[in-house]
Amino acid sequence: MVRLIVGLLLLWSVSAPGQAQEHDPLALELDKLAHTKLSKLPAQIDVLAAINDPRVPVVLQALLDGELYAKKSDKKLFIGTPGDDGSLQLMNPLAEASVDSAPKNEFKRIGVNNRMRFQLRNSIARINLQSNDPQQRRAAVLRLMDDLSPDVLLLLDETASSESNEDVLELIYVARALIILDSDDRLEKLAAIGLLKGNLQPMVKNRLERIVAKNVDGAPVETDPVIYKKAQQALASIDSKVRLYQFLETTFFGLSLGSVLLLSAIGLAITFGVMGVINMAHGELIMLGAYTTYVIQLMMPDHLEYSLLVAVPAAFVVSGLVGIVIERCVIQFLYGRPLETLLATFGISLILQQAVRSIFSPLNRSVSTPEWMSGALQINPVFALTYNRMYILVFALVIFILLLLLLKKTTLGLQFRAVAQNRAMARAMGIRSQWVDAMTFGLGSGVAGIAGVALSQLTNVGPNLGQAYIIDSFMVVVFGGVGNLWGTLVSAFSLGIANKFMEPLAGAVLAKILVLVFIILFIQRNPRGLFPQQGRAAE
Amino acid sequence: MRISRNFKGVTAGVTLAFSSVLGATAAWAEETIKIGVLHSLSGTMAISETTLKDTVLMMVEEQNAAGGLLGKKLEAVVVDPASNWPLFAEKARELIAKEKVDVIFGCWTSVSRKSVLPVIEELNGLMFYPVQYEGEESSKNVFYTGAAPNQQAIPAVDYLMEELEVERWVLAGTDYVYPRTTNKILEAYLKSKGVADEDIMINYTPFGHSDWQSIVSEVKTFGSKGKKAAVVSTINGDANIPFYKELGNQGVSAVDIPVVAFSVGEEELSGMDTSALVGHLAAWNYFQSVESDENDAFIAQWKKHTGDDKRVTNDPMEATYIGFKMWVEAVKKAGTTDTDAVEQAMIGISLPNLTGGMAVMNKNHHLSKPVLIGEIQEDGQFLVVSETEGTVPGDAWSDFLPGSMDVIADWTTPTSCGNYNTVTKKCSGQVF
Repeated sequence: MVRLIVGLLLLWSVSAPGQAQEHDPLALELDKLAHTKLSKLPAQIDVLAAINDPRVPVVLQALLDGELYAKKSDKKLFIGTPGDDGSLQLMNPLAEASVDSAPKNEFKRIGVNNRMRFQLRNSIARINLQSNDPQQRRAAVLRLMDDLSPDVLLLLDETASSESNEDVLELIYVARALIILDSDDRLEKLAAIGLLKGNLQPMVKNRLERIVAKNVDGAPVETDPVIYKKAQQALASIDSKVRLYQFLETTFFGLSLGSVLLLSAIGLAITFGVMGVINMAHGELIMLGAYTTYVIQLMMPDHLEYSLLVAVPAAFVVSGLVGIVIERCVIQFLYGRPLETLLATFGISLILQQAVRSIFSPLNRSVSTPEWMSGALQINPVFALTYNRMYILVFALVIFILLLLLLKKTTLGLQFRAVAQNRAMARAMGIRSQWVDAMTFGLGSGVAGIAGVALSQLTNVGPNLGQAYIIDSFMVVVFGGVGNLWGTLVSAFSLGIANKFMEPLAGAVLAKILVLVFIILFIQRNPRGLFPQQGRAAE
Repeated sequence: MRISRNFKGVTAGVTLAFSSVLGATAAWAEETIKIGVLHSLSGTMAISETTLKDTVLMMVEEQNAAGGLLGKKLEAVVVDPASNWPLFAEKARELIAKEKVDVIFGCWTSVSRKSVLPVIEELNGLMFYPVQYEGEESSKNVFYTGAAPNQQAIPAVDYLMEELEVERWVLAGTDYVYPRTTNKILEAYLKSKGVADEDIMINYTPFGHSDWQSIVSEVKTFGSKGKKAAVVSTINGDANIPFYKELGNQGVSAVDIPVVAFSVGEEELSGMDTSALVGHLAAWNYFQSVESDENDAFIAQWKKHTGDDKRVTNDPMEATYIGFKMWVEAVKKAGTTDTDAVEQAMIGISLPNLTGGMAVMNKNHHLSKPVLIGEIQEDGQFLVVSETEGTVPGDAWSDFLPGSMDVIADWTTPTSCGNYNTVTKKCSGQVF
């Protein structure tokens, strides 16, 4: 009887610590992590990554994101997300259940440096190879391609055998091919190079370049001529593809710069075209549109996603009204006197700048970009389109089409064109030319305001925003021809593309200078621009 | 009759009393020491310089509360040169010749300092320049409390080379004297360390540049050649914001291609969304996150003075703080605010800096400072990832440029020269 009891006790004493030991590895190592110095953290991260436990990737990801905190009092580890009021929403990494929220100053964040981030990303990638989400698996394979070693080959082979997603499988084959290129088997190497032909991943190109590299004395490093030739061919196909995509990318940059120029210049084209008024305050009207966006974002901080949609009509109204006020109070008395108009509107631009400085502040204001406009669309490894520029390009074209429709299809547009072509005759036909002038100026200024909304997403919003765009706007209008919207479109896009194609060759500063020189020379031959106004009434 | 005589008497008495009071207040009003503040409060550099104006005002307030200087109150005279370089020179002349200030705390960009230099030397004024710069200068009338290249640029490159094993370098800067000279020095330094020509890419953009698409794309391509690449950024002013935004949009993370900036600190980051910037670096001699008693006291004082808990401190503020305190010490030592006397008294002055060490003013008018490399964190603060053991004395003339290797600055007698060639033993005078 006693022996049975002793035996049971022994059994219990052996099994109980065993049960506790099941939790021990992760809890033990996490405990150590809280006490580890920055220099010893990499080693501790490796230990953690080796533990086979579904909670490990969560902890590692939190460490990478800067969300792992140690309580100052007892050094217990928590995953925390900061709340608005200085508190932390806590989660116990061992139990994966939300604990509590607590004040932030009771905790110290465990910081990591760049080296450790690299290590963490790789460790997480290795674990993510087994993830359920194909996107995560794809990202994991891409990450591991940076760090190819024989044990990665084993890992990839394992994954390949059970991989169902085609995209991921393709990437795994590319990674395997890269590893095989380091081996000695000739046939396998040739097959691998064949697989890699036309692949745009940068590490593929680099690896192939290493094969065709030449020694100091000009002899190729790769001794086998067949492999050398095949690698050369593969590289040539990759190079031509890369060149094509780089051309497309530069064209996209040029189009997006062109769309910015179009937006800023089209308002000026209308006022300059219809009324012949040189409006030096046009840049400030753009700036007012940008500040309207800032104010709208202040008024709706919880709905930033929609702030731009509200800001567009608001900016149109604000800048439009300011434009009409300027026209009624100053410009209408100066018709037919371009020099005085220029000086007067220059003065107005200074007044507007100083007003904004006094009302807001001389410093820049920060305008946030909504989530749906951040990031880029990665079409392939060498070609990405940033969302903000894409949306602005589309937006510029939409505005252009709307204006075109307004001018061609509406009564107001008809009256604008009539007054622009022959003011006296239009008045004889019963058109109130003064009212049309005010509306034209209002429309041009309103469009400038809309341009300001777009620009607020691309550049700093400050009192000097207008000064950066006034010269470009005049440049586009003068080059494109006055009074013709199509001229403005062609001129804006061609100047944008020209600038962007020259930039890699000459640098940003020199590219701008060359574009200006070109315009000066062009104007010598065609003083009225690309699409001058036709007709006897046009001077 | 009697009334009018009395009336006249009373009026005369009152007028006399009044004018004597006025005269006394006027006389008392002249008993202040004027301090000029020459920082851009508008324009492209306002993002960086406005906070330095506030720092000087805070130090003036503190000194006045402690009884002033030489028995007189300090008075700050603030002007706004509006990021307009020629206007800096005009305002400097206005401060010294018209307002009769005894010292100027000012300038940020090297082009503004170069504009002001001839004016200061002509009128024998005194200026404290608190910002990191490119070196190649030492003036009798200027004290450089910011970092010289050997206290910022060179250690940063060393850190990238040794700790992060960087082999390809993009040197991106704004197009003016500071980035151009710093990049000359860095290029010479990198080549001396064996970096090949095709592994260095140099790029300049104008102030306020906002279209970074092509340049970031080029940086991406440059960095995808298999060797680790990094960007050494001398971009100044608000052009930094669209630059970092574009890096974030095009997916360039700090782990792939780290950017180490020399002109981006807590102040420039405070206005932006830093989530895309985490992991990028900056090299300074001070960070707000450094833990020391002096720093805690300074930060508390700053938050109280501005009344805003969210205001941050940065390296040029520490340099302004050190410069101001040293100037006060020198004036007390010399017993006067006269430029020549104060200038001689400044050399050798040492007082605690805000990172737990001592700042010493050397005879080339540069400080000895510790070098810190910090990584940007989510909240816009920096995590110190590397620091020098002690302080590094500033070297006005770079050891890596052929024309400057043999030149030193030494303002003590008998040399008393800013560009003294130790080989030819000649003083070549100020190069404007």
